[in-house]
Amino acid sequence: MAELDTSILRPPTMERPDVRDAGAALAPSREPAVDAILRPSEPALFSLTDLSFWYGHKQVLANISMSFPMNKVTALIGPSGCGKSTLLRCLNRMNDLIRGVRVAGRVEYRGQDIYARDIDPVEVRRRIGMVFQKPNPFPKSIYENAAFGARVNGYRGNMDELVERSLRQAALWDEVKDDLKQIGLALSGGQQQRLCIARALAVQPDVILMDEPCSALDPIATLKIEDLIRELVNEFTIIIVTHNMQQAARVSDYTAFVLADEAGAGHLIEYGTTHDLFTTPKDRRTEEYITGRFG
Amino acid sequence: MAIADSQATVLRASGAVARRQAVSRAAGWVLLAASLIGVAILIFLAYDTVREGASRLSWRFVTNYPSRFADQAGLRSSILGSAWVMGLTVVVAFPVAIGTAIWIEEFAPKNALLTVIKLNLANLAGVPSIIYGILGLAIFARYFGLGPSIMTGALTLSLMIIPMTVIAAEEAIRQVPQSIRDGSLALGASHWQTVRHHVLPAALPGIMTGVILAVARAAGETAALIMVGAFTFIAFDNTSPFEDFTTVPVQIYNWTIRPQADFRHNAAAAIIVLMVAVLSLNLLAAVIRERFRRD
Amino acid sequence: MTRTAFEQQLVEIQEEMLLLGTMVDSAIERSITALKERDVDLARHVIADDARVNRKRYEIEERCLELIARQQPLAGDLRAIVSVLYIIVDLERMADHAEGIAKIAVMLADEPPLKPYIDIPRMAEVARHMLTSSLEAFKDRDPARARAVCNLDDEVDALYDQVYRELLTYMVNDPKTIERATHLTWVAHNLERIADRVTNVCERVVYLVEGKISELNVSTY
Repeated sequence: MAELDTSILRPPTMERPDVRDAGAALAPSREPAVDAILRPSEPALFSLTDLSFWYGHKQVLANISMSFPMNKVTALIGPSGCGKSTLLRCLNRMNDLIRGVRVAGRVEYRGQDIYARDIDPVEVRRRIGMVFQKPNPFPKSIYENAAFGARVNGYRGNMDELVERSLRQAALWDEVKDDLKQIGLALSGGQQQRLCIARALAVQPDVILMDEPCSALDPIATLKIEDLIRELVNEFTIIIVTHNMQQAARVSDYTAFVLADEAGAGHLIEYGTTHDLFTTPKDRRTEEYITGRFG
Repeated sequence: MAIADSQATVLRASGAVARRQAVSRAAGWVLLAASLIGVAILIFLAYDTVREGASRLSWRFVTNYPSRFADQAGLRSSILGSAWVMGLTVVVAFPVAIGTAIWIEEFAPKNALLTVIKLNLANLAGVPSIIYGILGLAIFARYFGLGPSIMTGALTLSLMIIPMTVIAAEEAIRQVPQSIRDGSLALGASHWQTVRHHVLPAALPGIMTGVILAVARAAGETAALIMVGAFTFIAFDNTSPFEDFTTVPVQIYNWTIRPQADFRHNAAAAIIVLMVAVLSLNLLAAVIRERFRRD
Repeated sequence: MTRTAFEQQLVEIQEEMLLLGTMVDSAIERSITALKERDVDLARHVIADDARVNRKRYEIEERCLELIARQQPLAGDLRAIVSVLYIIVDLERMADHAEGIAKIAVMLADEPPLKPYIDIPRMAEVARHMLTSSLEAFKDRDPARARAVCNLDDEVDALYDQVYRELLTYMVNDPKTIERATHLTWVAHNLERIADRVTNVCERVVYLVEGKISELNVSTY
């Protein structure tokens, strides 16, 4: 097959290395033309300063600095293994559960560093909820699933009301209201995921972290959850990790692109409004990733 | 329109494929034969025992005390003794074993000390039961002055079954998927709340299976209890854990070594009773396992 | 490299657009020639060819639509497709203007020439140069060149002004020339519109490279 003449796309004058080499050398060959670290001018709930993370000796995140605006959806995108899920789990200290991890830098939630010595991770997780990639409802009834978080946190109010409210917020109430006693696992994948969202909502957090929440779901269930996210963002701040570019483009207000360097440590390459990042990315690597020219 | 080859596509096994299939089928038969050997032996033993002892089986046999006369000797005191010892063993061993397993799997820091402890437990599970008998004699019977009592027997058997129960419980706890723990912790539950409300209930079927199997093991234990002093003539009903006792397996041993041929029938009949009990326990364990697996 | 099929389609679409550009350039050239040499046949060819230009424009539009639906282009690719969609509209309009010139050429063929054609062909030359350069700027992704091309629009506007005044003088002096002078004014107007359309194309080139659409060379006329 004849060599594809793509000269029409690549001007000889512009300083752009051949994208065919892009996969081999991901080390920044030059400083990005524009400051990739964008702090949105909106009030931020989370603020990361030089966050670095190690699994044992392997550095997984390197000097990530960014802020997450309140009541917005921020998406973290990047190729597999770039560290975006690790970054997400740093935000509610779920990485504490793994042996041999080390965190450096500051993760400020409402002005407090959540990794400070006197901060209790349980308190952190009350306010920062998480939804996982594979729906993981407890092997209990729907009611118990929704009520558990509130119960262990000492909720004293009307539990029936709280369960109903949470299930409504998660757009699941109408589908399950006739039988709240059925086992959560009997629901379909998409319903299970919404149940997991409902139980996170029942704890009344500020922030909801979502780690590829739709990757195990069919397209219709995915779209329902995306609609749900757009509704929830009015009350909550949502940070979502996704490997689906179109999903990030559909659902988020801000998008951050993370990429691992040769040593495997993830860096924040570019961060901006979703509109800007997907129409006019500033960094060549962002452009290449978004247009699918590598990995 | 279906496509037919002008040269007929050969789909029936031939050549190398036929040979491989033949080998596979032969392997199936060989493995079946191997399994049947074990079953055949069991059937033979059962038949032989039933032939020997069926004539002795009667309600009187179960309700009579032991006696010098074979046709009047019965299992009354040994059944009661077994019941007492098993009951007490479960009460002592169960909490200790489960607690140890929970600590090892959930709370213990994963360091060298833990490895040493786990290694020791694995070793202890393989220690011959007569060693436990000697230990029980020295510590419980002599040093603590409990003598050849039910309490001594129970404590000795507890020591014996704790290691294997811990290992079974550990395995059951390990089987609980991490996603359940993650889900609970992400809601702001403490570690103990997570263990109590999610890990333990999920691990319970596996733990129960382990406990029942350990109890079945202990029910058939002979050497250790003989060391502790159960080889004795008991012609009364046990009403306190500090009394002397005997158990069914010990009674069987007792009858087997008598010179009078008649006592062999008693022994066989008692074996039938014991086997029925042990088989029932094993069946119970299997039923529990299956019931919870289906969920 | 991933997405080779996509790349290929993107390249082909842009090449088709450049081809459309050459068709438009040819239409302008032939229409002016038909006017100068009073060649009615040539003019009629230009008028007939306009249908081909329209067809090609819609073909390109269809391909763009398919690429968007099936490949979800983003970032630079998205801007490229969007630019193509806009540019082909401008190109098609330019061809319409050339057709207009050809129709006038037919009408003027029987009349005696009013004056030697100097400024009008000059306008056509500049406009054609602008068109070719702008498409080359697109091909090379060269915003500086696009901006430079835009500035040439001033020259076309100045020439138009000149032509207009001259023809006005004719009309004032001799009413019998009004019909012919009006037609020629209209030819000049068409050429001026072609040049304006080229500035749109240049704006798209800048948008493609720099990511923002803005007006270039606001006319002083």
